[in-house]
Amino acid sequence: MTSVKKKGILGDIKESLIKTLFQTSGMLAIIALMGIFALLLYTSVPAFKEIRLKEFLTSTRWDPTSPEKPEYGILAMIASSIMVTTGALLIAFPLGVAVAAYLSDLASPRVREILKPVIELLAAIPSVVVGFIGITITGPLISTIFKLNHGLTALNGSILLAIMALPTIISISEDSLRAVPLSYTEASLALGANRWQTLIRVKIPAAISGIVASLMLGLGRAVGETMTVLMATGNARAFPRGFLQSVRTLTATIAIELGEVPYYTTHYYALFALGLVLFILAFSVNLTADIILEKQRTKLQ
Amino acid sequence: MTRSVKKVSEWRGSQLAEFIGFFMLRIAVYSVLFILLYFFYDISSQGYKVISWEFLSQAPRRGMTEGGIFPAIVGTFLVTLITAIFAVPLGMAAAIYLNEYARAGRLTRLIRLSIRNLAGVPSIVYGLFGVILFVNIMKFGTSVLSAGLTLGLLTLPWTITASEEALKSVPDAYREGALALGATRWQMIRTNVLPYAIPGMLTGAVLGLARAAGETAPIMFTGAAFYLPYIPQSLKDQFMALPYHLYIMATQHHAIDRARELAYGTALVLIAFIILFNLGAILIRSRLRKKWRH
Repeated sequence: MTSVKKKGILGDIKESLIKTLFQTSGMLAIIALMGIFALLLYTSVPAFKEIRLKEFLTSTRWDPTSPEKPEYGILAMIASSIMVTTGALLIAFPLGVAVAAYLSDLASPRVREILKPVIELLAAIPSVVVGFIGITITGPLISTIFKLNHGLTALNGSILLAIMALPTIISISEDSLRAVPLSYTEASLALGANRWQTLIRVKIPAAISGIVASLMLGLGRAVGETMTVLMATGNARAFPRGFLQSVRTLTATIAIELGEVPYYTTHYYALFALGLVLFILAFSVNLTADIILEKQRTKLQ
Repeated sequence: MTRSVKKVSEWRGSQLAEFIGFFMLRIAVYSVLFILLYFFYDISSQGYKVISWEFLSQAPRRGMTEGGIFPAIVGTFLVTLITAIFAVPLGMAAAIYLNEYARAGRLTRLIRLSIRNLAGVPSIVYGLFGVILFVNIMKFGTSVLSAGLTLGLLTLPWTITASEEALKSVPDAYREGALALGATRWQMIRTNVLPYAIPGMLTGAVLGLARAAGETAPIMFTGAAFYLPYIPQSLKDQFMALPYHLYIMATQHHAIDRARELAYGTALVLIAFIILFNLGAILIRSRLRKKWRH
């Protein structure tokens, strides 16, 4: 502890330099987020010299490489993204909340200690491996069950995205179920309600905002997922008509076309405009989840 | 609820509901476990067949229908190393600022909000950002450096969050003790906070790096190569990476059926890597904890 003696002007300068260094690193998060938005916007703008914004947002035809009349409508892709994501959440949300309720109310501490890392492991599986599973396991399964030529459909994407959204939904829902004050549970049990009634009528209503936030965060994760949908949904460019059709999402379109597009063409800029749409979608979903969680935190305190 | 207390006859019904309800919760857990185990079983049992020393130590041959995945293993290792050099110190520094210096206020709230939103930005959007900033503006080209920096940015929010958790777990009494003895803030952090927080910080960092190593979308356009028979010689070289290689083998190969076995092998190696990373993180935590607690 000799260093404590070394105070004085030099020491003060050193202190404030160190603080500035740490502060700058903290500010980097703001800079990075705004930088991503600004650069995407900046690179998207040239696309709209040739594409009318109305066509971009409302047309269902995306055919940028057509020699006669290139078309840049994103509606079919938006619809595909929404469809695959909705399907995923229809599967993942009930399943995830059930697992969260099991972890918070039924599992013994020992079982929870084993289950939680296992679920974290599920989150650690790379999306490209999940996509590979879609090609080798779930895709063929779907084609056998529904008697299709191939199983690379919206349904396949939904099932796989559900698996990927599960860890998020489980962990956030479980956190908010455990954040419900013990006095609520005790009061309910003391009134003669059993544990199931307490869970359904007291704990879940009290934790509902956190559970909804988990849904939003799962949605954010699913809508931005690229490799899984790229590998598992068949990438047909038409407007989606059902879960047993191949679809092509926003993310998959960027992944397929960015590798082949010549730099600094309208098509190139249009792909960054897709990225911007994706960024805004994910940002609004995450921000909503954030606001909901913040409200819950203040309510339960 | 009050009604169910009054009428004894309703007790039967509510007990049945409890039984069925809890049964369904169990079914949900078992099905999630079953799915997870089945995936691991399928990939290990199929991938196991092609794993050999040759597969791990040689480059792909004959249009990637034979040979191994050595360049992809080395490429993934190198790009993760660059990610670590970039993201780990920055993430730790940001966490130290947030937990040790920052006062509650608008700026701090804004930083935290940005971190949470960065974590939700889709990985392909990071890829696009990497193409503009690192490949084009900074002129690093499609290279292992561009890809590493892109992945670094992607892991930054995870590293910050994990590091802050570790800092939070250090009791305030340690800080107060140092300050009461006349230590400056940085002396306090160095002697009384970091030694206890570092194990947790490193664990979080390693877990974040494991996720980065498995990402494909951010590196597809910033530096990963379809096929390279050699290992990158400089930071400006392109590289092969395990996740991208798996994507190619599973979808873009001219002879998908012959490549399927090798794809399984690649998937198994990738998963094994990530599990090793995770185990490594746990090991680091317990080792360092023991060392610093005495």
